[in-house]
Amino acid sequence: MTAIAEEIAGIEGRGRYRALVVRRLVMLSGLLAALFVSVAVDMALGPANYPLSDVLTALFWAETVGDQLRVVIWDIRMPIALMAVTVGASLSLAGAQMQTILANPLASPFTLGISAAAGFGAALGLVAGVAVFPVAVQYMVPINAFLMAMVAALFIHFASTMRGVTVETIVLLGIALVFTFNAALSLLEYLASEQALAAVVFWTMGSLTKATWPKVWVTAAVLLVAVPVFARRAWALTALRLGEDKAASFGIDVRRLRLETMLTVSLLAAIPVSFVGTIGFVGLVGPHIARMLVGEDQRFFLPASVLCGSLLLSVTSVVSKTLIPGAVLPIGIITALVGVPFFFVLIFTNRKRAW
Amino acid sequence: MVSLALKDVGATYGRRVVLSDINTGVLKGGQLTAVIGPNAAGKSTVFKRIAGLAAGPGLVHLSDTAKGSEAICYMPQDTGANAVLTVYESVLLSAKQGSGWKVKDGELQEIDRVLAALKINELAFRGLGELSGGQRQLVSIAQALVRKPEVLLMDEPTSALDLFRQIEVLGFMKRLATQSGMAVLIALHDLNHALRYCEDTIVISDGSVVASGPTHAVVTADMLKSVYRVEARVEACSRGRPVIIVDDSIALG
Repeated sequence: MTAIAEEIAGIEGRGRYRALVVRRLVMLSGLLAALFVSVAVDMALGPANYPLSDVLTALFWAETVGDQLRVVIWDIRMPIALMAVTVGASLSLAGAQMQTILANPLASPFTLGISAAAGFGAALGLVAGVAVFPVAVQYMVPINAFLMAMVAALFIHFASTMRGVTVETIVLLGIALVFTFNAALSLLEYLASEQALAAVVFWTMGSLTKATWPKVWVTAAVLLVAVPVFARRAWALTALRLGEDKAASFGIDVRRLRLETMLTVSLLAAIPVSFVGTIGFVGLVGPHIARMLVGEDQRFFLPASVLCGSLLLSVTSVVSKTLIPGAVLPIGIITALVGVPFFFVLIFTNRKRAW
Repeated sequence: MVSLALKDVGATYGRRVVLSDINTGVLKGGQLTAVIGPNAAGKSTVFKRIAGLAAGPGLVHLSDTAKGSEAICYMPQDTGANAVLTVYESVLLSAKQGSGWKVKDGELQEIDRVLAALKINELAFRGLGELSGGQRQLVSIAQALVRKPEVLLMDEPTSALDLFRQIEVLGFMKRLATQSGMAVLIALHDLNHALRYCEDTIVISDGSVVASGPTHAVVTADMLKSVYRVEARVEACSRGRPVIIVDDSIALG
């Protein structure tokens, strides 16, 4: 190839790459805008429906609206709407990084048994009154759920560091954990009183209705810690998808990267589940949708996973209020119903390889 | 110019010793050195040990370089096919390790230059999953070159390439080594390529060096018989170059 032809090809390469980056930024902006709309609609809906204009006025010029509207939006609906955002973001981000470090498209907090462990922990508190960590007994249920989720996540992590354990084995171990904790949960349900049984069933369905500002802050704080941890390692995490040998050849300490990521992911997965119960699907599918939209360069994949998870759960929250007028269905039931059609459309219309 | 020497180098995986007492003379920059040997002889492990990716005793001596340990780049046999990344992104990824998010124009220019040199700029915006094994191998070479190493360890870089591409890539690497002073170690199975492109050759068998030195002195009928269990002749072709001619009988004992 002549020098001129090489130069032209080069300009085309650089130009196309810059255009690709712009397309991805537009995609992220679109997701952000959609999320904002969804959160606003989420806050407009409820026993008393408000027009969107009222919601926006209450949001940005709170002093100009009546006390009732302000209290409904700021104290009742906003924690729930933002809980959907932070929980969706956390679970999707946790799933994205689990899929990255385990090189497995099936990895997620739900499929690796972390949600099932949390469910069992919660049931221990609800049915048997057992506090795994016998301090602050009034928060026994979320603390139990959190601790059991951490146990499961750390078990998965330490198993993954053992010699001869492949990523396929890890997924198998995760599935074994799901069955084990579900069996233990069923046993507790079998032994439970009618009242406790109802509480456990409701908990395992996942619900945002118990959202409070402190819970929103805690989940948001964990996100605010986790996102920079991953962002600083964006190139390294992306490189991990080229294979362990390749990543190591780039000078990455793969073992350390996996450890740091898994520990952060454990927190990300355990906190939301302990507050809102079992919400599957988002952690598995959120990252896949993000991957199909922006690829796997973590500089885009990371925010896209966060936004896709948030949007998925926020839209689910809207649907859970509108499906049966006057009733709010548990969000865990609706998540898959909302996400699956969208996911199918993406899979069948996206001709490029998505994993 | 960079140079490299191995002294009593070994490698262990857990308790299993996979390499022992690897000694080489000074491996000079500006040329290609072939690392040959049967399957599972320990060629990849030698590379990983040099690159600091495997543990073990001994000393890898690198002459004074500006980049220190980053001067060495190991190129594994393949690059991931599952990642949802374009060729361009995967090469950028290699160049950007350890640096910030912002991508400078100069970095993109370097990627364009490397892709053009390997004649794969038409693949730049294809997904890794859409490539053939040979194309992925070329991408892997681009990922290594964009790091501008002073010592490049290429693990069977031509195993999936067609004959034309094998010749093209090895010729390119030889010119590049000569021009840049880079020391290139290449694990090869095609010994005729070693004879044609590599000044020196190291023969590894069962985790030890069994011969090393100038390629024409190392690749002999005796070595082929003792290391590969193959009856063959090494003869000069009509242009005077040594070539291996394999006879019918293969010593399987």
